[in-house]
Amino acid sequence: MTHSIEVINLSKSYSSKKAVKNINFKIGNNEIIGLLGPNGCGKTTTIAMILGLLKPTLGKVLINGLDINLNRISLLHSMNFISPYVELPKKLTVKQNLIVYGKLYTVKNLKSRIEYLSHELRLENLLNKVTGELSSGQKNRVSLAKALINSPSVLLLDEPTASLDPETGDFVRSFLEKYKKEKKISVLLASHNMNEVERLCSSILMMKDGIIIDEGKPEELIRKHGRQNLEEVFLKLIRNKNEF
Amino acid sequence: MSFDRIYGLFLRHFFLITRSFPRILDLIYWPAIQITLWGFISNFFAEYSTYYNGAVGVILSCAILYDFLFRTSIGFNMLFLEEIWSRNFTNLFIAPIKMSEIITSLVFTALIRALIGLVPAIILTSPLFGISLLDLGIPLLFLFLSLYIFGITLGLIVSAGLLRFGPAFENISWSTLFLLAPFGCVYYPIETLPEIFQNIAYALPLVYIFEEARSILIDQTVNYENIVQAYYLNLGYLIVAISLFYYSFNQARKKRLIN
Repeated sequence: MTHSIEVINLSKSYSSKKAVKNINFKIGNNEIIGLLGPNGCGKTTTIAMILGLLKPTLGKVLINGLDINLNRISLLHSMNFISPYVELPKKLTVKQNLIVYGKLYTVKNLKSRIEYLSHELRLENLLNKVTGELSSGQKNRVSLAKALINSPSVLLLDEPTASLDPETGDFVRSFLEKYKKEKKISVLLASHNMNEVERLCSSILMMKDGIIIDEGKPEELIRKHGRQNLEEVFLKLIRNKNEF
Repeated sequence: MSFDRIYGLFLRHFFLITRSFPRILDLIYWPAIQITLWGFISNFFAEYSTYYNGAVGVILSCAILYDFLFRTSIGFNMLFLEEIWSRNFTNLFIAPIKMSEIITSLVFTALIRALIGLVPAIILTSPLFGISLLDLGIPLLFLFLSLYIFGITLGLIVSAGLLRFGPAFENISWSTLFLLAPFGCVYYPIETLPEIFQNIAYALPLVYIFEEARSILIDQTVNYENIVQAYYLNLGYLIVAISLFYYSFNQARKKRLIN
């Protein structure tokens, strides 16, 4: 069976520092997997390697069975990414940004795709506004529209609801739940929001110091570690130096 | 190559320029100032210099040609710097756009930017100083194309530096042409340079282009050997620049410099 994402013995080193150390995991079709870990544990580096933005020192990433480093351009057509640390050109209007990225992803029927996404993400009234002048919640929804412009089958989300108010955060989570159910996409979600991960993810990868220290379904991990919730599991795992 | 992707990246910069009056003004303002200034200098030298006596428009024509080179090169760099300033590098490089498509789009967009600035300035020269660049005749086309290629080449080299070293390379992107200008012999014949500098100058296409421009305007003779030599050198530098650009992108992918 071909997985949407298959990470095989993946490592990344920068001179003397090892950022990611021989990690392995798979994400099946129509599955959301959470990637949890403290800042600097290697989550973003892992995502960058999955996107082909960064070359691994060792190992490989397969997207739908194909090596991203050997098939980067063709695979990127079916992938996309959102992060609060990556912005869209601020001086362009929302619509102009969506047109530009629609063209870069060679989206067919771009007009109707933009109409669909602006309706689903409540962007109709923002389309002619300058992106840099939007609130962070509005910018987040625009970035999400950009990330879905090419109808990706593989979506990578790096803290997609960071710095959002609870209502907007809930809207984004609900939208992702609905979109994934309808379009059957595979998602890797890196987040520090435990409720978000518990709500959206069928399985979780716990990462620390560049390695995956534990993995499983949220309820399994809570039970296994004898804790009340995922946040307590997370704290136990990252604070315990000798357990792994 | 995909026309849609090339057009998409062009649109990104077209929207940026056309949405902002200060940006359009900025494109037109500097060439106009530059050419007006050189126009008056040109008039002064035409009156008091025996070398320029017979050809009033030599300095001004060379100034326009040099400005075209400068605008093309800076224009190319600016397109890259815009992506850095807007923190858009990641979005760009996770889109399925090939390096060759990025280069093609930027080459075309840089030309449009340069022309937006230069066409009004060239039009100004005729009523203000009674000079027309068209006096250079058909070879003008070859000279412009040669300068355009060299401008793009410099733009590619600087953009490779921006990819490899990030925003820290920004200042160098502004100063590259100033470093080469003395060796380009834009306003004076190559004999003016000390011998060691002449050797450097002969390794650049600029000297052949500007020597030829002067030769056409002063002696009314066209030496196509100079033009061909400039193209040979341009071709060599362009191949080096494209290779460097690809190399820098690969290095950036190894060292996580794109973010």
